[in-house]
Amino acid sequence: MAGKTLYDKLWDAHLVKQREDGSALIYIDRQLLHEVTSPQAFEGLRIAGRKPWRIDANLATPDHNVPTTDRSSGVEGIEDPVSRIQVKTLDDNCDEFGITEFKMLDERQGIVHVVGPEQGATLPGMTVVCGDSHTSTHGAFGALAHGIGTSEVEHVLATQCLVQKKMKNMLVKVNGKAGKGISGKDIVLAIIGKLGTAGGTGYALEFGGQAIRDLSMDGRMTVCNMAIEAGARVGMIAVDDTTINYVQGRTYAPKGEDWSNAVTAWKDLHSDGDAVFDNVIELDAADIKPQVTWGTSPEMVVSIDDTVPNPDNHSDPIVKEGINRALEYMGLKADAPMTSIKLDRVFIGSCTNSRIEDLRLAAEVVKGRKVADTLKQALVVPGSGLIKRQAEEEGLDVIFTDAGLEWREAGCSMCLAMNADKLGQGEHCASTSNRNFEGRQGFGGRTHLVSPAMAAAAAIAGHFVDAREYLS
Amino acid sequence: MKKFTQVTGIVAPMDRANIDTDMIIPKQFLKSIKRTGFGKNLFDELRYLDEGQPDQDCEGRPLNNDFVLNQARYEGSTVLLARQNFGCGSSREHAPWALEDYGFRCVIAPSFADIFYNNCFKNGILPVILDEKIVDKLFVELFDNEGYELTIDLESQCVKTTTGEIIPFEVDAFRKHCLVNGLDDIGVTLENTDSIKAFESKHKETSPWLFGAIA
Ligand code: SF4
Repeated sequence: MAGKTLYDKLWDAHLVKQREDGSALIYIDRQLLHEVTSPQAFEGLRIAGRKPWRIDANLATPDHNVPTTDRSSGVEGIEDPVSRIQVKTLDDNCDEFGITEFKMLDERQGIVHVVGPEQGATLPGMTVVCGDSHTSTHGAFGALAHGIGTSEVEHVLATQCLVQKKMKNMLVKVNGKAGKGISGKDIVLAIIGKLGTAGGTGYALEFGGQAIRDLSMDGRMTVCNMAIEAGARVGMIAVDDTTINYVQGRTYAPKGEDWSNAVTAWKDLHSDGDAVFDNVIELDAADIKPQVTWGTSPEMVVSIDDTVPNPDNHSDPIVKEGINRALEYMGLKADAPMTSIKLDRVFIGSCTNSRIEDLRLAAEVVKGRKVADTLKQALVVPGSGLIKRQAEEEGLDVIFTDAGLEWREAGCSMCLAMNADKLGQGEHCASTSNRNFEGRQGFGGRTHLVSPAMAAAAAIAGHFVDAREYLS
Repeated sequence: MKKFTQVTGIVAPMDRANIDTDMIIPKQFLKSIKRTGFGKNLFDELRYLDEGQPDQDCEGRPLNNDFVLNQARYEGSTVLLARQNFGCGSSREHAPWALEDYGFRCVIAPSFADIFYNNCFKNGILPVILDEKIVDKLFVELFDNEGYELTIDLESQCVKTTTGEIIPFEVDAFRKHCLVNGLDDIGVTLENTDSIKAFESKHKETSPWLFGAIA
């Protein structure tokens, strides 16, 4: 019999019940909650008179609506009344049901997908869910992590289980060593460019190969974060020493004897050598250059030394129409060099790229330089209050502010512009986030997805440039 | 949950691939803590010429007359015909809530994003996957015939055209069972309480560190 994939192992270890029709009940170890997708779930519990199945499986923090400027007046200080109610509702629900929450003024507050791993609330071998599609991030720990809808948030709260159908297995192998200055973001954008935004639909992706193994946990989280942008709900990476070293000593990580037992168990969290995948795609890391998206879907991506695509080079009418529509929305001309795209704003942050390593890279690029005076704004938004503090201890905040970037409080911020940070109509933004959909960062805003180094370099130049020119 | 057995209705076209959930319901409307009232903001950025705000009265807003849902011939439509990878992007269940609140009961497309597909079933909306060529053909028929209707029969798993054509589709048995009977799936899962408890105590024995760390 063929060996098991990592996904097979995680699935089998959480299978409560397999139904004949192919659906199954899967046990959920951890649910992360935030203010946007949970209020209707708590309301549902109340209406049905149900209680959470296991309170200690949950951890909550507000992130989407929190302001990233002055927070001294707390929730009451959120100017937008609708946002304020949503954050307050999370606080009230967590208080009522006894769920641990890092509230807005807690230093541990931040973007759920940054906070979970940071606290050791995400562990190898777990099943992790959250009412947010970027829950795939947690797969970087050799965990099975799904984004779910609000009805499922309620379902997991009430039953500790999720109804699932087993997905197919896909291995995405990035062979060889990535070049200098090539980050997890460039790697994952290149993968999405190859696979397409629906290429991973119905699959659990496992990322492997030397270039993936070489990444730190921060880089691996960036890669898994964007699995959903290739259509896959789940992305994961096998456990190794990098994983274990990251987890050790974190607040909610196992201690003492539990720790050594856990490590022994985690060492098996990789695909067996003879495991069979339903699909395998391979990339050569050496071919990957800094990536920039030009269109309105993450698959609309090219290398920095490339040009904006020309619809006339494509024969499929749907593809052609898609390119035309994207060019129109983005206000770009076919065949223009990517380096000719001028920027209005720069955003460094989001659950994709707001961790300490991302901030260090961006700081390295801007150190001793000044933001282009054609730029309206360049924002740096750390992923959590703790990352903010660490960055300040390392002096990164001063490097940013000296260069003319704004240093903010933790949250989702301009990733989806539910708070006050947003693009104006027609503005181009170099963003380290994960989605360049129409209107994502503000009505009529134009998003280009890039790595932190590329965003930082663009802030200095005022247009896209190869960030490697700015790295020592 | 609303039952779905059979629906007959006017079909509206969404002739564009990769319609994402940000497009179905833009983020500013996600600030609501309710499940209802999203219909008036369905496809807000495509439907209106200005930028919509939550809690705004949409009556006097400038309409984009080119947008399909603003055209008289699609008024009262309950079926949406779409292109590949419909519902990609954010997991927001507000997307099916908005479609349902507007009046759609069924979306037909060659493919759907996983989370959206799943969310539809929880909200009384049936997502139907049909072969790309068949979808192409339906688009042609739809554009050629004002008042074009389809019947979607979940029990016998087929789409029926007014000319008598019958197009079968696949749907998994458990989801169909819940939708046809309008079942609350939390209730269905809780029928397995014993199995869940048995699993949980075994899990706690083998991986005690997964329990109790967060007080
Ligand atoms: S940072 Fe962006 S993608 Fe991540 S959870 Fe927040 S809004 Fe979603």
